[in-house]
Amino acid sequence: MNLIIKEKIKQVKRGDQSAYEDVVSFYQNKIYQHVYRMLGNQHEAEDIAQESFIRAYINIHSFDDRRKFSTWLYRIATNLTIDRIRKRKPDYYLDAEIKGTEGLDMYSRLATDEPAPEEEVERMELQNYIHHEISTLPPKYRGVIILRYLEEFSLQEISEILDIPLGTVKTRIHRGREALRKKLRHV
Amino acid sequence: MNCNEEIIEFMHKYLDGDLTKQEETNLRRHLEECEACQKHFHELKRTITLIQSAEHISAPADFTTNVMKKLPTEKKHVRYKRWFRAHPIITSAAIFFIFMFSGIFSAWNQESELVVSKQENLIIQGDTVIVPEGVTVSGDLLVKNGNLRIDGTVDGNVTLINSELVDDSIEGSGLMASAGEVNGELKEVDRIFEWIWFHLKDMVESIFSLGLVSNMH
Repeated sequence: MNLIIKEKIKQVKRGDQSAYEDVVSFYQNKIYQHVYRMLGNQHEAEDIAQESFIRAYINIHSFDDRRKFSTWLYRIATNLTIDRIRKRKPDYYLDAEIKGTEGLDMYSRLATDEPAPEEEVERMELQNYIHHEISTLPPKYRGVIILRYLEEFSLQEISEILDIPLGTVKTRIHRGREALRKKLRHV
Repeated sequence: MNCNEEIIEFMHKYLDGDLTKQEETNLRRHLEECEACQKHFHELKRTITLIQSAEHISAPADFTTNVMKKLPTEKKHVRYKRWFRAHPIITSAAIFFIFMFSGIFSAWNQESELVVSKQENLIIQGDTVIVPEGVTVSGDLLVKNGNLRIDGTVDGNVTLINSELVDDSIEGSGLMASAGEVNGELKEVDRIFEWIWFHLKDMVESIFSLGLVSNMH
């Protein structure tokens, strides 16, 4: 797959805009998912994910072919996401509606101890809950946790994506794990 | 949970795959003894499993289309330049043809004066070139922008460019019958494309004969 993407990137560099379509459709779910988990909001996620692909296209000539395209793309997406988080008000989404529920925010969720009638619903709710807990982590821990456990990058790759030393990646992962452990202990 | 920081650090190192054999042994030994740390370690591992069980999210259905729509359209000259760079052979062929045709066109437009190939025994009266009766013109005859009347004989090809063959001796009969004799091809070139075709043929012939000459050497 990597070879096909490499070839497509070469075509894009040569000016073939249509070749970029395959690149976008190959990475769209990964990037959208990553951005969505970082932002916890569909509208913003789509906005930032699109912007990431557009930025990557505009700056395609600064991409070094010897490196991994995914790492480079994630880096753009992560930087844009962090910018967006910085710009918005700190409590903007604390009581935002949870995806897939109607009128439920996290407070109502925490209050209820009733078991869900069906297992499927229960599973979905647990996933939503985990998703929410991840999205309430401080952004710098959230990023590394998502990259490590949801997108399964190696520590070295995360260090490249975020442009921070390997040691810092490890420290953040340790702290992120501890924070999530405390949040998810009672599940 | 009050166990020393070192053990917790070991746990994280273990999860990152950074633990040495010795440290791993130490960690295992400690976990066997300390229930609190065992619980902590279990919770950490369970946390990771839980994170990994988070739902997969897909991009909206029209995501790629929307991105493609928003990409900056390339400036036209950039696109042309890129196209030329991508197709060097077509580009050089195009440049060759442009030069060649412009050469032919300018040759076509250059003069509207009467031009006659250099031959002896020809009489020129105004716009009319006459091959007099009883005279044999040897070699190819070319008349441009004028009229040609053949009363005698032409021993070669006749090419009329933008010219007409006139015949005022006998009206209504065939050209060849009334006119003198042409021992070769009679060509009338009136339209620009024929002119081009004529030039091309000429060029090919000259290239060909050049090739023959160089072969002979």
